[in-house]
Amino acid sequence: MNHDKIEQNVGLMLVLVLLAISVGGLVEVVPLFFIKDTVEKVDGVRPYTPLELRGRDIYIREGCFLCHSQMIRPFRDEALRYGHYSLAAESKYDHPFQWGSKRTGPDLARVGGKYSNDWQVQHLNAPRSMVKESVMPNYPWLLKTPLDTSDVGLRMAALRVTGVPYSSTQAEYEQNVKEFGEATAKKLHIPDAEKNLIDEAKTGNFDGNPNNVTEMDAVVAYLQVLGTMVDFKKYDDDYFVQFR
Amino acid sequence: MAMSNVVTSEQYNYDIVRKFTIMTLIWGAVGMLVGVYIASELAWPVLNFDISYITFGRLRPVHTGAVIFGFGGSALFATSYYIVQRTCSTRLFSDGLANFTFWGWQAIIVLAALGDVTGNGQGREYAEMEWPIDLLITVVWVVYLVVFLGTLMRRKQPHIYVANWFYLAFILAVALLHVFNNLAVPISLTSMKSYSLFSGAQDAMTEWWYGHNAVGFFLTAAFLGMMYYFVPKQAGRPVYSYRLSIVHFWALIFLYMWAGTHHLHWTAIPDWTSTLAATFSIMLLLPSWGGMINGIMTLSGAWDKLRTDPVIRFMIVSLSFYGMSTFEGPMMSLKDVNALSHYTDWTIGHVHSGALGWVAMITFGSLYHLVPRLWNTQMFSVKLINVHFWLSTIGILLYVTSMWISGVMQGLMWRAFDDFGNLQYSFAESVAAMHPFYVMRTLGGALFFIGMVLMCYNVFKTISQGSTQPQGNLAAAGA
Repeated sequence: MNHDKIEQNVGLMLVLVLLAISVGGLVEVVPLFFIKDTVEKVDGVRPYTPLELRGRDIYIREGCFLCHSQMIRPFRDEALRYGHYSLAAESKYDHPFQWGSKRTGPDLARVGGKYSNDWQVQHLNAPRSMVKESVMPNYPWLLKTPLDTSDVGLRMAALRVTGVPYSSTQAEYEQNVKEFGEATAKKLHIPDAEKNLIDEAKTGNFDGNPNNVTEMDAVVAYLQVLGTMVDFKKYDDDYFVQFR
Repeated sequence: MAMSNVVTSEQYNYDIVRKFTIMTLIWGAVGMLVGVYIASELAWPVLNFDISYITFGRLRPVHTGAVIFGFGGSALFATSYYIVQRTCSTRLFSDGLANFTFWGWQAIIVLAALGDVTGNGQGREYAEMEWPIDLLITVVWVVYLVVFLGTLMRRKQPHIYVANWFYLAFILAVALLHVFNNLAVPISLTSMKSYSLFSGAQDAMTEWWYGHNAVGFFLTAAFLGMMYYFVPKQAGRPVYSYRLSIVHFWALIFLYMWAGTHHLHWTAIPDWTSTLAATFSIMLLLPSWGGMINGIMTLSGAWDKLRTDPVIRFMIVSLSFYGMSTFEGPMMSLKDVNALSHYTDWTIGHVHSGALGWVAMITFGSLYHLVPRLWNTQMFSVKLINVHFWLSTIGILLYVTSMWISGVMQGLMWRAFDDFGNLQYSFAESVAAMHPFYVMRTLGGALFFIGMVLMCYNVFKTISQGSTQPQGNLAAAGA
């Protein structure tokens, strides 16, 4: 076609530009929503409990993902440093994903259980008191700020709309019992969200003070669950390769 | 005298161009100052001062928002409104709507920054704005499209000039990217908080489809539009090759959209997407260099101006950095190179060689061309333009080389093994090794920022000696 025609006709140019810029996304991004193997079939991955979810919200609020990735790549050095490479399934309830793009600090995809709660609290409060080379900011307000628990039900309800299996009806709850077991299903029930959150914070005692529920409780609870949901001993490594 | 006055004010709306030009400078200075500050925080973490609002995690999106959308965005509004009027020989489609885009866009930048410092962000890089701001962006952007298309449609020239093709593609692509990447469910209508509609792997693909093409269209295609008008104007030469501009335009906008997934190499996405993105990233080198060659060769026959005209110098250096970054990008999109470079400062260096070297330098050159014409005078000081040029160039070189070295060093330290097959370095040791480079980077950024401040001063003096009414000087108004 003679280019003269295009550059003399705004409508034609508009349509052709739209066509040219749509193809890439249609071929590369859209299929991932339909190809079943994009997310591995694996046991153990569950939605976050109300307390973990609030911790994750604070993690996003503070922009932690700008310096910490949550995506371990399939390399020998990363396996030694961080553990098994990350699966797509492990972030299937992450709205938004927090894979990150920069490691000013280390990857956190499997930081859960690596350090004690006490270590995490002290480190978040004053990182250089634990790791002298660190360039991380201090987060002293986490221990001092009571956690706002009032809207956790709303937050879970919004996530339910996006497809996270938090339950609001008895039928959904029973479905969750089948899928995740009774203990977990209870924590995923939206009507009991605030009560469950406070219970978990008090029993877990993540911040070292069982009487107050602080933002620190939530953040540490979140960090401690990262990367711990899948039991990799149950799977042969070749199993995951088929999904890539 | 009176006639030229009437003609200019009736023929073109320069008022909107002036307003966006001033905000370009202000957001540039603000955004770069924040950039220098957060660079300092990484070198000296005590500067976080235990104040939540100014921690690195909160200020970093303020920096990226102010420089990309404040500085870059305002520059694109200013130049697109100027160019579309000049090349179509017609006034903007609607002054009122154009004014709405000005106030709307400024409100967006301010609200986004307030959202960032108070911790109200979506947790998506370069798309931190929460849903109410996203809605405002959508409205302003649609109005922008209406003003731009409306002006194109009432053009008095049969042909649409090449610069406008790029601006049109940029406006359309950004609309598409913005809408799909920001689909989210608010927790209530009275809360800023929302959760993105997609999760995990699909969310990552959507976000980097957006993130990469924000670079491809916001920071590349649109600035090529700027280049296609101001380089020929300043050089006083026609565009080198019309045929090349057609070929590289269509190839560029088609290929860019495929390349985003190279930000996700070796992550938990299907391998085929990653391979496809790398392939298209390599192909993207050709149209990118097509643009660079077309820009640089436009100067053939006018190379002597490089010795005398600092504005041309800005433009040539920017095109050189464009060529360099668009070579570096495809190289980093190779999976083996990416295995080393990803997650390191190399990426930061790459981004800044493009953002400072290409985007900011072409903007500086274009504005130094534009400002005297908008205010009907000469630049207050050519000497200061020269100082600005050297401060910027040295600043970029310091910035980019320090990030290259620290990036490669980080990558190598993370994967180094000792004789027994254990990891040789702890992560903390790699952090400590970065310190001298973080200091050097801060210095480079500071030089660039000082240059920006000099430009603000120079333009301020120019404006105060100039006038928005042409003073019997048809030459300055005619182009």
